[in-house]
Amino acid sequence: MTGRPPVRDWATDFDHRDPRWIEDPYPIWDELRQSCPIARTERFAGAYFPSRYADVKAIAYDTEHFSSRRIIVRETRPPLIPAPPITSDPPAHRPAKQVLLPAFTPEAIAQHEPRTREICRALVDRFADKPGCDAAVDYAQEIPVRVIAHMLGVPEQEGDLYRKWIHDILEVGITDIAVALRASDEMIAYFAAHIAERRARPREDLIDYLINVRIEGRTLSDEHVNGTLRLLLIAGIDTTWSAIGSCLWHLAGHADDRRRLAAEPGLMSSAVEEFLRAYAPVTMAREVVKETEIGGCTFVPGHMVLLSFPAANRDPSAFADADRVMLDRKENRHAAFGLGIHRCVGSNLARMEIRVALEEWLKRIPEFRLDPQAPVTWSQGTVRGPRRLPVVFGV
Amino acid sequence: MSKQTKLRVRIDRERCQGHARCYALAPELFELDEMGNGRERGDGVVAPGLEDKAYLAQANCPELAVEVIEDEKP
Repeated sequence: MTGRPPVRDWATDFDHRDPRWIEDPYPIWDELRQSCPIARTERFAGAYFPSRYADVKAIAYDTEHFSSRRIIVRETRPPLIPAPPITSDPPAHRPAKQVLLPAFTPEAIAQHEPRTREICRALVDRFADKPGCDAAVDYAQEIPVRVIAHMLGVPEQEGDLYRKWIHDILEVGITDIAVALRASDEMIAYFAAHIAERRARPREDLIDYLINVRIEGRTLSDEHVNGTLRLLLIAGIDTTWSAIGSCLWHLAGHADDRRRLAAEPGLMSSAVEEFLRAYAPVTMAREVVKETEIGGCTFVPGHMVLLSFPAANRDPSAFADADRVMLDRKENRHAAFGLGIHRCVGSNLARMEIRVALEEWLKRIPEFRLDPQAPVTWSQGTVRGPRRLPVVFGV
Repeated sequence: MSKQTKLRVRIDRERCQGHARCYALAPELFELDEMGNGRERGDGVVAPGLEDKAYLAQANCPELAVEVIEDEKP
């Protein structure tokens, strides 16, 4: 990475944008868990990295000392851009979350399963007869963007635009804040136009729902609706895209698991949970707002915490054989969707999309493997998943 | 006299955050409210044959909100 000094020591100088972390973070986290276990860095204007499940959980539960007003570790502390409820702390968090919950229960999400299945089938149709495809670009990345656009009531074809905003905010924007702010302004203008349009002509979609829903008798401000829509678009796309990609990456490289899952559809539910545990895509962040001590480490206000649910999920003190993927794992209290009050609102949606995406893929392409000629590449920053996943079909 | 163990499940609603794992794994024993948060069905008594599902739900709740209570009856 140009302009960034290499990491001297993971325990005191960690950098989650280091190429080694991006490529394969798990050995680094193992080392930290044994030696540290809460790493620090002077990069990003000061940040901590807890590597153990217990510490991640303690911080996720502690909304008094750790604020969600900033949820991305960046080089600087830019102005706050609220996207409730993910950026909300108590007491504002609860009502902001409750307006969303009814639209994301398993029953509410089940209504979107037929459209999701159609989307997956149409995508597989495009490449099933070819020798192979890029499972990230041609498949995984196309599914969540269309599903969330369908739910929000915005054009499903504008995926490139949505993905660019997300890339600018979550990846490029970590070091170049001007890029993140510009993308954010563009999104605000985009949704402001959609909100105005719904006011003129109501429709049956999530935007309309948010305009009309009431918290304690009052409708939400346009700013609140806009922030929540930006959250749903950002949170609903590259997270699930990354999860689907990681599942296919694992299956491409593990013939035994691939054949077992294709042969035993009843295993799908626990397999999806196990993939979510082992390859949890989302790392959140908190800002320390009051000094406290956790895990023998003093957390100083103004510093950020990189809250790695993926690292928690690989902690051997919380999961037997934590680095082994076991499709039929019986005990699995993984934290892929977070812990505590900020549990991912879209967890039921993500689970449905991952399951349907794998089912439709395996039905048509039960045999596939990594293309030995083309490398897999991984995203960097807040969300981890394959961005290039070339696979060839057949044994 | 032999003792018979009867199981009951209970959701700690202060701890539940709506991960909905209990409902996915043991819909006979748990249901969700309109917000998607879990609660035990009826009085939570586990019918014979569902004991494993009760423990499975407990083993998969990230918030440790599922309690399995063993009532011993003479």
